[in-house]
Amino acid sequence: MPTAPLQPLADLSLDSALALLRHAGLEEPAGDHGSPAWLQSVIDRLVDLSSRDPLTGLANRRQFELSLAREVDRVARSGESALLLMVDIDHFKKVNDTHGHAAGDLVIQSVGRALIETVRPMDQVARIGGEEFGVVLPNCPAAFGPQVADRVRQRVARHPVQLPNGESVSVTVSIGGAFAPQWVRSSPGIWMERSDRQLYRAKDEGRDRVCLEPSAMPEVSAEEKGLLFAATSWQDDE
Amino acid sequence: MSAASRSDKPTGARITAVTSGKGGVGKTFITANLAAALARRGERVLVLDADLGLANLDVVLNLYSKITLHDVFMGRVSLEDAILPAPGGFSVLLAGSGMVEYSRMTPEVGDKLRALITAVRPRYDHVLLDTGAGISDVVLFTISLADEVLVVATSEPTSLADAYATVKVLATTQAARPMHLVVNQVSRMGEGRQVRAQLQQVVDRFVNASRPQPTRLAYVGEIPHDNAVREAVQRRQLLIDTLPGSAAAKAFAQVAARMLGENA
Repeated sequence: MPTAPLQPLADLSLDSALALLRHAGLEEPAGDHGSPAWLQSVIDRLVDLSSRDPLTGLANRRQFELSLAREVDRVARSGESALLLMVDIDHFKKVNDTHGHAAGDLVIQSVGRALIETVRPMDQVARIGGEEFGVVLPNCPAAFGPQVADRVRQRVARHPVQLPNGESVSVTVSIGGAFAPQWVRSSPGIWMERSDRQLYRAKDEGRDRVCLEPSAMPEVSAEEKGLLFAATSWQDDE
Repeated sequence: MSAASRSDKPTGARITAVTSGKGGVGKTFITANLAAALARRGERVLVLDADLGLANLDVVLNLYSKITLHDVFMGRVSLEDAILPAPGGFSVLLAGSGMVEYSRMTPEVGDKLRALITAVRPRYDHVLLDTGAGISDVVLFTISLADEVLVVATSEPTSLADAYATVKVLATTQAARPMHLVVNQVSRMGEGRQVRAQLQQVVDRFVNASRPQPTRLAYVGEIPHDNAVREAVQRRQLLIDTLPGSAAAKAFAQVAARMLGENA
């Protein structure tokens, strides 16, 4: 493929890109305008900007889908257990209608913070829709899933959001979740759909609750494991 | 399975689902080499890559084909055109990687798999289904189509636990069928039989106690973890072709004999 000669970097038209960075409160990169290092910094800041949700600072849907795709690939061959939670604020429209959109924004920000504070740093929290959030929890054993999800639910329910006018708004969230199928090449779309189905179930069953997809793998009790692994002890003895 | 129920089966191939619980224990390698050992005995064998999402039979056999099971499912090619000759004297039907649309069980996927088994059964003596690892709904459904199950495990704890979980879920959710166990990557002779005894003991205590029809794991052999295996895997060849005189190659011949009901 023939390539056009490179324009001198200093001649690139970057006004709108730089205006966008300034508007987002990001400093213009230091260094010589038009130098490759400077341009790289501009691009890095734009990438950062395009992967974040402006209201909450969380990952946006685009970034979230990228993380999901990576996790699906990893789990397919490693067989590790990964959980996807879909979190939706209950009766959010009522918050907007009663207290106004500014209050609605504060509620969304507050739920976003609650999510970040209740999961591990390695987990990715994203705002994927109006009042909907997604959390990918890599390496989350099946037995811990319900606990983690319920911790998030309780945290939101127990912390009313303070409004500037002195009022406070209590909200709850409904949470649906599904584990990535181990040893199976799946897709982010299918995984999200399965978690979403559980979210609908949580809403149907009365909201402010957690519904996780039941696991196909039967529980192997500690007693069963104890007897099973007696098999390996003789190997070590010899 | 009793003689009476066997005669009720449609005539044709015996369908064996090869499964492992945990991935990465050598399920596909075992399937391919067992197929070659059966073919060497004059059996007409088809290996069907039923690992629809993570198929790597093509990698193990160093085969490449543009035509896959997906094309058959889509009605784009005939079954005849999709079945390829493999190096060991058997036939293969490759799934191709990334058949994401089949990663979840739907009535459509079920119908397609069932029709496929019906179509291949009359043409072979043995059909080995290389199922995906784990016990996703697609894997469980694929296993339900088989006449018997071959469980592949190693003596490593996670493999044992997952093999046990697989046996348990099959015993409690599916019709009783012959279940065989082959132990891969053993470091010394006799390890396989001990692994089998241990698994059976736990099955007896925790699964069979509450069930009218006891599940019995028939031991069909152990594959040593030797240099021959490493070499064959690296060269992407069958053991029978790479090092036919190796202990591992002989072990496969023995597994094949036991699968055919001989007291090898």
